[in-house]
Amino acid sequence: MSRPIRVLVAKPGRDGHDRGAKVVAAALRDAGMEVIYTGLHQTPEMIVEAALQEDVDVIGLSVHSGAHLPLFRRVIELVNEKGLQNTVLVGGGIIPSDDVRALESEGIGKIFGPGTPTAELADWIRTAVTTRREDA
Amino acid sequence: MGTPGHDSDLLQPLLDGDRRALARSLTLVESRGPGFRNLLRGIAPRLGRAHRVGVTGAPGVGKSSLVAALVATARNNGMSIAVLAVDPTSPFTGGALLGDRVRMTDHVGDEGVFVRSMASRGALGGLSTATGDALDVLDAAGFDLILTETVGAGQVDVEVAHESETTLVLFAPGAGDAIQAMKSGLMEVADLWVVNKADDVRAEKVRADLVGSLSLHEPPDDLEERVVLTSAKDGSGVGDLLEKLCARRAELESSGARGDLARGRIRRRLTAAARDLVSERLLGSAADSLIDAVVTGERSVHDAAEDILRTDDGGRS
Ligand SMILES: Nc1nc2c(ncn2[C@@H]2O[C@H](COP(=O)(O)OP(=O)(O)OP(=O)(O)O)[C@@H](O)[C@H]2O)c(=O)[nH]1
Ligand SMILES: [Mg+2]
Repeated sequence: MSRPIRVLVAKPGRDGHDRGAKVVAAALRDAGMEVIYTGLHQTPEMIVEAALQEDVDVIGLSVHSGAHLPLFRRVIELVNEKGLQNTVLVGGGIIPSDDVRALESEGIGKIFGPGTPTAELADWIRTAVTTRREDA
Repeated sequence: MGTPGHDSDLLQPLLDGDRRALARSLTLVESRGPGFRNLLRGIAPRLGRAHRVGVTGAPGVGKSSLVAALVATARNNGMSIAVLAVDPTSPFTGGALLGDRVRMTDHVGDEGVFVRSMASRGALGGLSTATGDALDVLDAAGFDLILTETVGAGQVDVEVAHESETTLVLFAPGAGDAIQAMKSGLMEVADLWVVNKADDVRAEKVRADLVGSLSLHEPPDDLEERVVLTSAKDGSGVGDLLEKLCARRAELESSGARGDLARGRIRRRLTAAARDLVSERLLGSAADSLIDAVVTGERSVHDAAEDILRTDDGGRS
């Protein structure tokens, strides 16, 4: 039996609703994953430190504030700084396609637009984590 | 950055206080991954420093909030502190939603604090085995105080209480009544009873009711002192609670009770670990011939069980 996939779900930035992040967290739990939910108003520093302590396979970031570029980039930078390159990064939110392309080339594994079926997200994560664990 | 590449290299960085090595060690022992026995063997001589405190109580009484408040107060007193927050695994999907961190996130950059969430059944080999091993790893990493939070629902908490030296059972106005705690067997394992949300006017009545119910069942002489009012919200009583925790630790040490507690824990864990080993063997092919022998009436089940203990395990380390 392989160990369950561990996912950190975080909501960086200043905007105040986390319904979307909570729905995703619950869906990934229902898909058999261990989901660490960290709540609102997380700084990239808090997120990456939590990911380190929790030894997660995946960091999922939900961003709706428009500040996605600096937030995601800072997370990528910190993940590299702390030696957590093996962590799969995924994002969700309303993000313009140019920015999606940029972020996916800079280290975010995939960005999911609003309304993505949660089953699709879970499947993508499962595949990505399986590949990373085999490589490790 | 000196990050260990393989799980077999975790021991030294763990003992040296490397946080990533600590996080990975916890994963290793929790999942019973390759080399977990070696790691636990390696830390064995380094155990016994931390005060292991269990924190339990009904959903919503403020366990995580109080743990966060204790962390802040302990840090102000120069103590390092680790938190193990255990939440239930869904028996249907194997997944878990671990949400206690929401209340504990404001210690970034402080090496004296470490928080880990654990799913109750992500643990192969049972919760008490896994929490016991995880607590050993945190102990070896050098923390002064380890707080284990479990959601108050009975058996899980009692198991975790047995892995702790001191157990706090929390109550609060509107949640977590004494009757429920009595039924679940939690009252017996409590060392300190905490009425949280003391900023709520109804807290005093909760305290009085609690003292009333405890007085009915062979209460300790110092019962009143062992019931503590706290507010995780405004911080009142938290310093007092930490003082009581430290005093209890000192008392356990000087009376020799701490050693007895450790022996009791080890006895339980030894039993659980031996049971796991036997279960593993029963999955192997050696069990088939024993089952055949019982089927044909050559051996009784009890004879076969003794045979299992005599079976060579094929030289596993
Ligand atoms: N007024 C008041 N509210 C509190 C206090 N401590 C916690 N709360 C509130 O009680 C609610 C539950 O707090 P948590 O700390 O999550 O409680 P918990 O026992 O860890 O909950 P579970 O882990 O879900 O069982 C939150 O809304 C807190 O803000 C307190 O001392 N006073
Ligand atoms: Mg909690």
